[in-house]
Amino acid sequence: MSETYTLYNSTVMEHFMNPRNMGDLKDADGVGEVGAAACGDIMKISLKIKDGRIEDARFKTFGCGSAIASSSMATELIKGRTIDEAMSFSNQEVVDALGGLPPVKIHCSVLAEEALKAALEDYVKRNPSAAAKVPAVEPVSA
Amino acid sequence: MRQVFLDHQSATPVLPEVFDAMRPYFTEYFGNASSLHQHGLRVRDALKQARQQMAALIGADSEEEIFFTSDGTESANLALKGAAYANERKGKHLVISATEHPSVMNSVEFLEKQGWTCTRVGVTPEGMIRLDELEAAITPQTVLVAVHHVNHDIGAIQPMRDVGRICATKNVPLYVDCEASAGWLPIDVKEWGAAMVSFSPHRFYGPKGVGVLYRNRKARIVSVIHGGVQEGGRRAGTENIPAIVGGGLAAHIARERLEQRMAHVAPLQRRLWEGLKLKVPYIQLNGPVPGPHRIGTNLNLSTEFIEGEGQLLLCDMNGIAVASGSSCVSKSLKISHVLGAIGLDHALAQGNIIMTLGEANTEADVDYVVDTFAKIVAKLRGMSPMWDEFERGVIDSVIAPTGRGKSFSQHAAEVSGKPAH
Repeated sequence: MSETYTLYNSTVMEHFMNPRNMGDLKDADGVGEVGAAACGDIMKISLKIKDGRIEDARFKTFGCGSAIASSSMATELIKGRTIDEAMSFSNQEVVDALGGLPPVKIHCSVLAEEALKAALEDYVKRNPSAAAKVPAVEPVSA
Repeated sequence: MRQVFLDHQSATPVLPEVFDAMRPYFTEYFGNASSLHQHGLRVRDALKQARQQMAALIGADSEEEIFFTSDGTESANLALKGAAYANERKGKHLVISATEHPSVMNSVEFLEKQGWTCTRVGVTPEGMIRLDELEAAITPQTVLVAVHHVNHDIGAIQPMRDVGRICATKNVPLYVDCEASAGWLPIDVKEWGAAMVSFSPHRFYGPKGVGVLYRNRKARIVSVIHGGVQEGGRRAGTENIPAIVGGGLAAHIARERLEQRMAHVAPLQRRLWEGLKLKVPYIQLNGPVPGPHRIGTNLNLSTEFIEGEGQLLLCDMNGIAVASGSSCVSKSLKISHVLGAIGLDHALAQGNIIMTLGEANTEADVDYVVDTFAKIVAKLRGMSPMWDEFERGVIDSVIAPTGRGKSFSQHAAEVSGKPAH
């Protein structure tokens, strides 16, 4: 076969084949692990937070190509954001940055949002003083 | 890059001689078999020959018992709905195995909405139908029993002679879906006492676009597609002559090469499974072990701690075409119902990969797949929180339990807030 056909667009495939920020963070300040009841995928995001800003992020994912690409993209997007900004992070940002996902795979991006927010919640729980400075974590819709 | 096609359960390449035989029926012999002139009469002869070739493949008495449809799914629809409606006055109960193909499962679901009832007979953890349950399920209202020959997912060969004997004793017609076996294993409709059998040539080096339904003259069915009087009034619509001609020749060749094909793939199946078992830790074979109860083409694997679609995509990027019954691969986000019916742990169903061999595969192909697949599994496990948590003793393996940590399903339920389906 001379041409290569792909199930997902080239950005999604690229993030699946060469995921960014894959792994765990030693001495993470917040760790969130969530599962998708719909399909059984599991995603874990670890954050390093300094002076109210996400300094570093890592992911590990048990899931399909679009779940791995979504977590790779989500960790890329949130690095450098303040906790405040990260709290309002939406799965749509992941979908847009990936150039779109098939409708049946949108829940993969939702899982990335949930994993990020779970990691932020974990950070806030560990640092009650930080909690006072940021609004409560919004529940994830969808 | 080496290209290895390991999805022969979905499609096979059309043999060059089959393609050559089809070609004139597109251009020169383009007539409609319903026409009464030379053009029509010529293709009628071709149709008759193809029917004879199909009948010979499955040990049917006469070509008059062969109906052509558009594919295996349509054949299954005709068998189930056709028999159900034809025997409505006798009773409205059907019996099927729990691991039938979706074309059977969903035809039955449709009939249930129209007032029929159906009993789904369970299978053993290896996927073999429970014969005692089958016998008990048949009632005086039962008008059809449907049990497939070989399972499309896990390759289990059902004990058709025993199934046939039970149906004969109870005097209920038996429909056998032979999609996954025709052209690869011997089929004898008379030995099984089958009232109906369906199969498709695209599974044995014939073209897509044609399906076959064998129907014993004693079995009653009505048409589910209405129009002209083609196929003895059982299936309206212009016959796909080129595909039927090609399919007939593919059946003829398959009959001649049956043993040769199995002698080629069965050793490769063993080599592939032995290789994977050796190179990939925490991998499991679903369904019967390679041998008399499993078709020599199929391996259904579960690699623990990773998901199936990722494995499939990375295989594809390495030139290896495989399938998966994982929920992420299905459009419905549900695991294959076959894996559910054999009671496979959800964690293992998620990591499902199906490899089906064909006559072009070689030992070198198999060795490449073993080496490449081991690397793919290692890469995905490196990305998986489950593998890490297993190594840290947080969760345990289903395949080789260590006694440390909780089950994957329990863990998944905790992090998702709902139990895994």
